[in-house]
Amino acid sequence: MKLPDVDYIRPKTLKEALGLLSSHGDDAKLIAGGQSLMPMLAFRLLAPKILIDIGGLAELRGIDITDTGVRLGARTTWHDIERHPSLKAAQPLLAAAIAHVAHYQIRNRGTAGGSLAHCDPVAEFPAIVLTCDAEVVVAGPDGERVLAASDFVLGPMTTALEADEIIVQIRFPAWPKARRWGFEEFARRRGDFAMAAAAIFYDLDGDQCVVDPHVGVIGDADGARRLAEVEDLLRGQKMTPTLVAEARTVTEQSIHPSEDIHAPAAYRRALMGVMVERALAASAGIDLSKAAA
Amino acid sequence: MKPLGIDKLIGASPERIEDQRFLTGQGQYVADLDIPGALHAAILRSPVAHGRVAALGLDAARALPGVHAIITASDIPHPIPTIPLRLVPLPEFDPYLQPVIAAEKVRYVGEPLAVIVAESRAIAEDALDLIEIDIESLPAVGDENVDEAGAFLFEETGTNVALRFHARSGDPDKAFAEAAYTRKETFRSHRHTAAPMETRGLLAQWDESGQKLKLFGAAKVPYFNRRALSRMMNLPEENLDLIEVDVGGGFGVRGEFYPEDFLIPFAAQRVGRPVKWIEDRREHLMATNHSRDVGATVEIACARDGTITGLRGDVFGDMGAYIRTNGGVVPTAAGMFLQGPYRIPNVDVTVLALMTNKTPVGTYRGPGRFEANFFRERLFDMAAADLKIDPAEFRRINLIREDELPYSIGKRAPHLPEAVYDTGDYHAAFERCLAEIDWQGKAAIQGKLIDGRYHGVGVASFVESGGAGPKETSRFVLEKDGSITVATGSSLLGQGLETTLAQIAGDVLGLPLTAFRIDHRSTARLADGLGSYHGRSIIVGGSAVVDGAEKFRAAVIEAAANLLGRPNSELRFEDGVVRSEAGASISLADIAASRSAEDGLLAVDGIFLVNKPTYSYGTHAAHVAVDPDTGRVEVLDYVAVEDVGRAINPMIVSGQAIGALVQGLGGVFLDHLIYDDQCQLLTASFADYLMPTATDFPSLRSVAMELRLSPTNPLGAKSAGEGGMVPVAAAIGNAVGAALRSRGAEPRTLPLSPPRIWKLIHEEKECTQ
Amino acid sequence: MSRKVDITLTVNGQPHAHAADTRTTFADFLRDDLRLTGTHVGCEHGVCGACTVIVDGEAVRSCLMLAPQADGATVVTIEGLSEPDGSLGPLQRAFRKHHALQCGFCTPGILTTAHALLTQEPDASEERIREVLSGNICRCTGYVTIIQAILEAREGYRHAANASTAS
Repeated sequence: MKLPDVDYIRPKTLKEALGLLSSHGDDAKLIAGGQSLMPMLAFRLLAPKILIDIGGLAELRGIDITDTGVRLGARTTWHDIERHPSLKAAQPLLAAAIAHVAHYQIRNRGTAGGSLAHCDPVAEFPAIVLTCDAEVVVAGPDGERVLAASDFVLGPMTTALEADEIIVQIRFPAWPKARRWGFEEFARRRGDFAMAAAAIFYDLDGDQCVVDPHVGVIGDADGARRLAEVEDLLRGQKMTPTLVAEARTVTEQSIHPSEDIHAPAAYRRALMGVMVERALAASAGIDLSKAAA
Repeated sequence: MKPLGIDKLIGASPERIEDQRFLTGQGQYVADLDIPGALHAAILRSPVAHGRVAALGLDAARALPGVHAIITASDIPHPIPTIPLRLVPLPEFDPYLQPVIAAEKVRYVGEPLAVIVAESRAIAEDALDLIEIDIESLPAVGDENVDEAGAFLFEETGTNVALRFHARSGDPDKAFAEAAYTRKETFRSHRHTAAPMETRGLLAQWDESGQKLKLFGAAKVPYFNRRALSRMMNLPEENLDLIEVDVGGGFGVRGEFYPEDFLIPFAAQRVGRPVKWIEDRREHLMATNHSRDVGATVEIACARDGTITGLRGDVFGDMGAYIRTNGGVVPTAAGMFLQGPYRIPNVDVTVLALMTNKTPVGTYRGPGRFEANFFRERLFDMAAADLKIDPAEFRRINLIREDELPYSIGKRAPHLPEAVYDTGDYHAAFERCLAEIDWQGKAAIQGKLIDGRYHGVGVASFVESGGAGPKETSRFVLEKDGSITVATGSSLLGQGLETTLAQIAGDVLGLPLTAFRIDHRSTARLADGLGSYHGRSIIVGGSAVVDGAEKFRAAVIEAAANLLGRPNSELRFEDGVVRSEAGASISLADIAASRSAEDGLLAVDGIFLVNKPTYSYGTHAAHVAVDPDTGRVEVLDYVAVEDVGRAINPMIVSGQAIGALVQGLGGVFLDHLIYDDQCQLLTASFADYLMPTATDFPSLRSVAMELRLSPTNPLGAKSAGEGGMVPVAAAIGNAVGAALRSRGAEPRTLPLSPPRIWKLIHEEKECTQ
Repeated sequence: MSRKVDITLTVNGQPHAHAADTRTTFADFLRDDLRLTGTHVGCEHGVCGACTVIVDGEAVRSCLMLAPQADGATVVTIEGLSEPDGSLGPLQRAFRKHHALQCGFCTPGILTTAHALLTQEPDASEERIREVLSGNICRCTGYVTIIQAILEAREGYRHAANASTAS
C-alpha cells in the first residue's frame, strides 16, 4: 500500500497556497493533517499529481473566544480543542463531540478544516458545524467569502468548497450559559466512526419550554442533517420523559438510515432514535431507566 | 514418565530474555532485513472470485522504468507445483490443492496471478495498476449449498464437497429413539482470522553457482516448508536454508506453506538478485489463511434428570477455494471436539468440507474447538432451560469424573486414531470457576433488567488437545567460551521460548538462564524438526530439550572423565563444573578449550517421541450486561480457569491465557471477514476488520491450575497457548442467552455484534423444534 | 512526478540532513532511509498504531505523515527511549517486569505513545491511559499487563514532574 507517484510542495503563505491551487487545478490536492487523505492515498482511491501542504500556514491558526462566539482556525487540531482552557465552557457541545474523534495520535494532527472539507458523513465535526449553525470562512483567488453551514455542508463527502478554495476559519455563534445540550454517539469501539449520533441543544423560556431547538443526527444516508420534524415536535414543549420518547419515534419516522456491512438500515434507524432520546434525556437530567414503564 | 526433580527455574517467572531487544527497537523482523542489491516484489492478485483467465496485458507494466521482471504461470516449469498437505494428507483432497500461481482459472479474490519484481515496492505497485486483467467470470460459490451454485471450482470433480465422513460411538439411533427429551438446533460460527500485527514477508537470496537458497521469514514449520520447497525447486534439501528471524505473532496462520513461499524464491532465482516481499495489510486480509467458518446442526438426547444419553452433529466447514496445508483439520476438529469434557456414550458426527470461492481456510488458535464448544454449550443451556435444571447443575451431572479417566471418545474420524482424555479433575476446575465468578451470588440477577440492561452469567467447559507428535528435536552445543547453544526445532512466535526452553535446560543441568542461548533460527542447525503448533513447543519441544540436556550432561561427564582420568561414576556436574569425589574439577569452559580442531565443538542431539496428544481442560464463565436498545454487550467480568499440568513460566502462561481470551472476545464481538454475494471481500482493511483495543475488555481474569500432570511427557505439561480461546464464544453465548431469556432471544449465530443482538431481540422469534 | 526534497530533522538527539522522496511516508523514511527499523509498519492506513513516533513532543502515526512533512522536526523513536547510557528506562523496565509484550511487534508504538502521554500527563488516570492506548492494537497480550506496566511506570514520570516543578 505504498503511496502513488506524487509530488509535494509546502507554501509559506495562504496567498502562495491559493496560487498553487489555481495553477495546478485538478492535479493538486490539499493536505493539512493528512489523517483522512493519507489512507485514501495508501489505498490508491485518489491519485493527485501534487500535494499542497497547508499544515503550516499562519493564517489558518488559532482559537479565538469572544462573546460573539468561538472561532477556530482551519488548522486547529482536535488536541488544540481538547486542551484549550476555556473552550469547553464556551462551546460544550463542540467539546463533547470532539472527545469522540479518533485516537490520541490522530488527534495531534487531524484538523477541523480538513475534517470539514472531507465531509465524511459519519464524522463528528461536520455534523456539529451544521447543527450549531456555524459559518465557514473560505478563501479563494477573488478573496474571502462566508457561507452558512447549511450552504456549505451539502451531503456525504460533498461541500460547497470550490476546487481553488481553502477553508480558513469556522465560526460558532455565541452560546448562552443557560443553554441545554446533549451529545450521544454509538460506535463499535472507542474512537471508531459513529454508527449513529445525535447532537442537540435548545434554550428554555420563562415557562421552561423549549425555544429554538436544534436536533442534528449522524447516520442518515444523506449525511449529517438536522431533523426539522423533531425540532417541530420539541418547540414550545416542556422536556419530559414522554416528549423524549415521542422524539425517538419521530426520529425513526423521519430519517433515511444508511446501510452498510456494519449496520443494516432497520438497526440504524432504531439506533438513531435511541441516540436522540438519550441526548435529549441527558440535556434535561432525565434518567431513562427509571422513566421506562 | 516422571516429572523433573529440580524445580528452581521451572515454575518461576524470570523476565524474558528476548524482551531486551524488543523494548529497544532492536528486534529483527523480516521487513527490517536489508541485503544490498535486493529488489522488491508485489503480487498481482485476482480481482475476481471465480473465472477463467483469458489474458494478462503486461506490456505497459513491463515498460515502466524500474520494473525488472514480471513472472506468470507460463514462466514456471510445468506442471505448476501444488502446495502439499502437511496435516493428515487424505487422498480425497488431491484435486483441491492450490497451484502456486493461477494459470487457467482463478478461484478466490486475492489468488496470485503474477509476481512483479522492481527497484522498489512502490514501483512494483505502480506496475500492478498498469496490468490489464481479462477474466471471464463464472458463478461465484458463496454459501453452504455449494453444489447448487451453478458452478464447480474444480470441474473434473463434479462437486464442491471435498470431503465427507462419518464417525460414531455407541448406538446413537437407539439413544435418540428412547430419549425422554431431545432438542435440535442449528448454529453458525463466522469467518474470521488471526490478523497478527506483523504481516507475512520473505527475503530470498539465491546463489547460482552453489545452487543454494537462503530464505528469511520462515516460521512455525520451517522444516516441512523446506522439504516442500526443495521438491518444488528440484533441489536437495540441504541446499535450502529457511531462516526464522523475529516473528510478529503467528496464532496458527503464519508459517504454513503459501504460494509466495515458492514464488519469491523462484523470482530470486529468475532475476539473479535477492528479492524481498513484504505483504501489506490489504493483501494479508485476503491472502493469509481465514478460519472459523463452520456451521452445524446439533441434536441432544437426555433423560428427564438431565443425563445426556446421545449427541448428533452434522458439521460443515467452508474451506474456501483450495485445501491448503492444514487439510480438513478445521471441520474435523469441530466434529471431534463437539462432545467436550462430558460423558456421552452415544455420539454420531458427520463432517463435510465445502469448497467456496473465498480465501482458503487454515488453522487458527484452537481450530474447530472455538466453534464446537459454542455449538455444544449453547445447546446444553437450551436443554437445561427446557428441563428446568440449573445450567451449572446440568454440567455437574454430565462432566466426566476423575475416576472415569482415561476416557476414550473413540475415533472421531475414520482417518484419526482413538482420542483418549488422559488426566484431570474436570470438576475441580469447574467448581473453581463458578466460585470465581460467584455463580451462587449472581443467581439473583440472571436475566434481570437493571438500569436499562439485561444481566446474564454463562458458563462453558472444554477440553483441549496439545503436544502432537511424532517428535521434536534439539541440539546442545558447548561453545568455545563455555556457553551452551540449544538449537530447537520449535519456532518462536512471541510465546517466550527463548526463556522457557532455557528454564527447562537450566533445571536439568543446574545452570542459570544466562548460560544458554536458544537458537531456533535456521534449518541448517538441525537435521530435522517439526515446529510450533498445537501447543507443542513446550510439551514436545521442551521435552526434546530435557532429553538433549540429559545427554549433554552425560557427554560433559564423559569428556571430563577422559580429561581428569577418573571414572564417570565418580563425577558429578554441578554449577557448571564437573567435580570428582576426590576433589579434582573441570569447568565447561575448560572442557570446551580442550577440544581440538578435529574434534570440533562438543555437541549432542536430543529427541522426544510422542504418539498421542495430551489434554488440558477447564471452564470459563462470563457476566455480561446487554443493552436492548443498542444491542451492545458489555463484559462485566470474565474468568478463565485451565489446568495446564505444569506451568514452566507462570507469567508467560498467564500472558497466553489473557491474550487468547481477548483474541477470543474479538472473535465473538468484532472480528468478521465479510463477503458479498459475488465473493468479494468487503473487509480488507483495519477500518472494517475490527479487533479488540485496550478499552473493550478491561475486566478479565485467568487462573492457571496445576492439578494433574500430563502422562505423555517428562515435564508433565499440558498445552497452554490455545485453551484460553476455545470456550470464549460458548461462555459469552451462554451469558447473553441467560441475559435475554425473558426476551426469547437465544444466540445461535456468531458474531454477537450489536446489530445482530438487536435483531435477535427485536426481530427474530426463532421457533424451536 | 515524485522527487527528492532535502530535509533536516533531529532524531533521538542526532541531526540528520537527508533527501526525502515526496511519495514516501515518514515511517518508511525512518526505516529505509535512516535505517531505524525499530518503528514498525502494521497496516499503512493509520489504524494499528505500531508506527507511532513522537514528533515535536506529540505522538503521531508515522504512516500518516509524508517524509517531507518532517522537515525541521524533533523526533523521538523507540531507539531513543532508553537511558543515555543505553540501559532500559523506567517504562521499558516496567514492560519487562509485567510481561507487557510477547511478539514485540506493536511494542515500539505502544512505548512511544505511553511515553508521550506520561510526559504530558504524569497524573493520567487508568481510564485515561486505557483511552489513549486504545489507538494501539496488540494481538498477543490482551492489554492487561500493558496497562499494569504503564501504571507502574507512571510513578517515575510523576516524580520527575514534581522534581522539575519543585526546582
